[in-house]
Order: sequence, then structure tokens, then C-alpha cells
Amino acid sequence: MNNRYTYPAIGLHWLMALMIVLTWPLGLYMSDLPLSPYKLQLYAYHKWIGMVVLMLLIARVLWRLTHRPPALVAGLPRWQVVAAHSVHVALYGLMLAVPLSGWLMSSALGFQVVLFGVLPVPDLISINKPLGATLKSVHEWLNYGLLSLLIIHVGAALQHHFMLKDDTLRRMLPCLGVRK
Amino acid sequence: MKLILGWLLLIASVSVSAANFSVINAAKSNISFVSKQMGVAVTGNFAQFSSQISLDTANLATAKAQITVMLNSIDAGSAEANDEVKGKAWFNVLAYPNATFVASSVKAVAGNRYLAAGKLTIKGRVRDVVVPFTAISTGASLLLDGSIPISRAAFGIGEGAWADTSVVADEVQVRFHFMMLN
Repeated sequence: MNNRYTYPAIGLHWLMALMIVLTWPLGLYMSDLPLSPYKLQLYAYHKWIGMVVLMLLIARVLWRLTHRPPALVAGLPRWQVVAAHSVHVALYGLMLAVPLSGWLMSSALGFQVVLFGVLPVPDLISINKPLGATLKSVHEWLNYGLLSLLIIHVGAALQHHFMLKDDTLRRMLPCLGVRK
Repeated sequence: MKLILGWLLLIASVSVSAANFSVINAAKSNISFVSKQMGVAVTGNFAQFSSQISLDTANLATAKAQITVMLNSIDAGSAEANDEVKGKAWFNVLAYPNATFVASSVKAVAGNRYLAAGKLTIKGRVRDVVVPFTAISTGASLLLDGSIPISRAAFGIGEGAWADTSVVADEVQVRFHFMMLN
């Protein structure tokens, strides 16, 4: 029996992981820069990556709902099973909420998202500067929430792999064989 | 003879002034613009401007227009952008507080469409421009609507690093809507 995620699930996981790991610090860095063409470019890249993450998330959720993930490694304490599921659900929620809040914030502040500079993404709400300022705070706090969960998620994966030496992480790796 | 001619001119000027619109309703007039940043259309506007416009669509030879835009009143979309565009690389409002358009002639195109030729001065640079606009009379008022693309490079609006038009496009579309009363 194959105790591993499907290749599309693995591909989406790592592609989105890469994009999130790139755009998270980019968002933090760019917002404190003085206004310059460089800053406007970085904002555009940040938004493009965020919108792509949002689109990939839709594909990923659809895939997840139609493909059963591999079972967790055997013998986990009950609390770890609950924790793993809770963190996964929360990560999905934040992968939705973070880009969505950024999108809404852009609309409210009057800077529409134009994917790759050519494809205008519809504004979900009309310009409303005070609301935009609130959404900016919401976007930031959701991002700190995402960072916290990522630390738990990655920490747990590494602990399973290097300390407990089980197959938890290998289930999500495309090339390392599952331990016998 | 001179007296009669004088009377005729007076009568003519009175009859013309009935259709001559020269008072602007500032509250219902605006000057806005759309710039493109990384492909994103960002709208802004100038809250303060003054205009001396005199337009009788039946007698375009008498048409006059002088529009002065107070550049310090710009809203470019964010507080950060407002500070930036008032600076030296952009409008340099300390040295050049106003932009002006002075029309030298107005001619009819078709229907209610017209062209105003004149000189646009921004940042001390003068360029000849032709501004297409529509004039729609609603009886008591005359609505003037038009837009004109302005090249940032032609006026040095956004110099240095900002001259890179791949980030902020060279062309900025300026739109105006004036409600004139007679």
C-alpha cells in the first residue's frame, strides 16, 4: 500500500510552500521601503504571488477533497493526531484568508491587483481608505498567524523526520523512499 | 453711422452673452487623472484649480480658456504618493506651484465635439496641446468633458529612477469635467 501523498498533492504543497516562503518576507520588507519604482515592482510581485497562491489553493482543496491523503504514521498519541489535523485545517484557512485580505485591502485602497501587469483582477469592494487601513492590519495579523502555524508545522515535520525517525515527512517528499 | 454700428455691436454682444457660459460651478467640476503603475490603473485628482472659461458654441472665435491647477492639491492615491509627487523629481511644487492651460482657439468637430488648441505649462515647460472635449448644454448650464494624454517625459514629471516607464507608464490620462453657468 502506498503511504504517500499523490504527486499533484506533493507538487502543489511544495510549490505553494516556496511561494509563501518568498512572498511572506517580501511583504514585510517592501512595506517599510521609501516610495520608489523598486517598491512598486515589489508590491506588484507580492500581489501576483499572493493571487497565484489563492488560485493554487482552490486547485489544491479540490484535489484534497477528491483524493484521500495517506494515513498518519501509526502509534501517534491522540493529542498529536488532533493537533496535526487542527493545524492543517488552520493552514488551509489562512492560505485562503491571507491572500483574500490582501486582495480586499488592495481594492479598498484603490490599487487594483493586475495579475502579471496585464490581467486585471476584479475589485471585490470599492475604494474606502479607512476600511483599507483596517484590512491592512488584518492582513498583517493573519500573516503573523500564518507564520506561527508554519513554525509549528515545519517544526513537527522535522521532529518526526529527524528525532522520531518516522515516515511523516517522507509522505510529502517526491523522491525519498518510505521506510520499511 | 458709427453710432448705428456701435448699437449693432452692443446688441450683438448682448445676444451672444445669453449663450455665453463663463461661470464655473466648482463644486460640480473636477480634474482627475489615471496613471498606470505596473499595469495598474490608479486614479487621482486635483482638488484645487481655477478657471476663466468663456464659451459660446455659436461663436467660437470669442472662446477663451485659462485653467490653473494648484499642484499642491494633488491626491495621487495615497499619502505616501502625495508626498512623493510634490517633490523635486515630480512636480516640484515649491518651484512650480501651478500647471496652466491657455487655449488659443476652439474649433468645432462634429455634433457637440470640439477641439481646444493651446499651451500647457507644467514645471516651467510649455507644450502645444490639442484638447478634445464635448460641450453639452442643459439650458442653464453647459457641461464640458474632455481628456488628454500627457507624457510625463515631455514635462519632466517623474525624473531620475521614476523615468523608467516600465514601472510608471509615461502616459497619464488627464480628465476634466466642468459645469459652466452663464
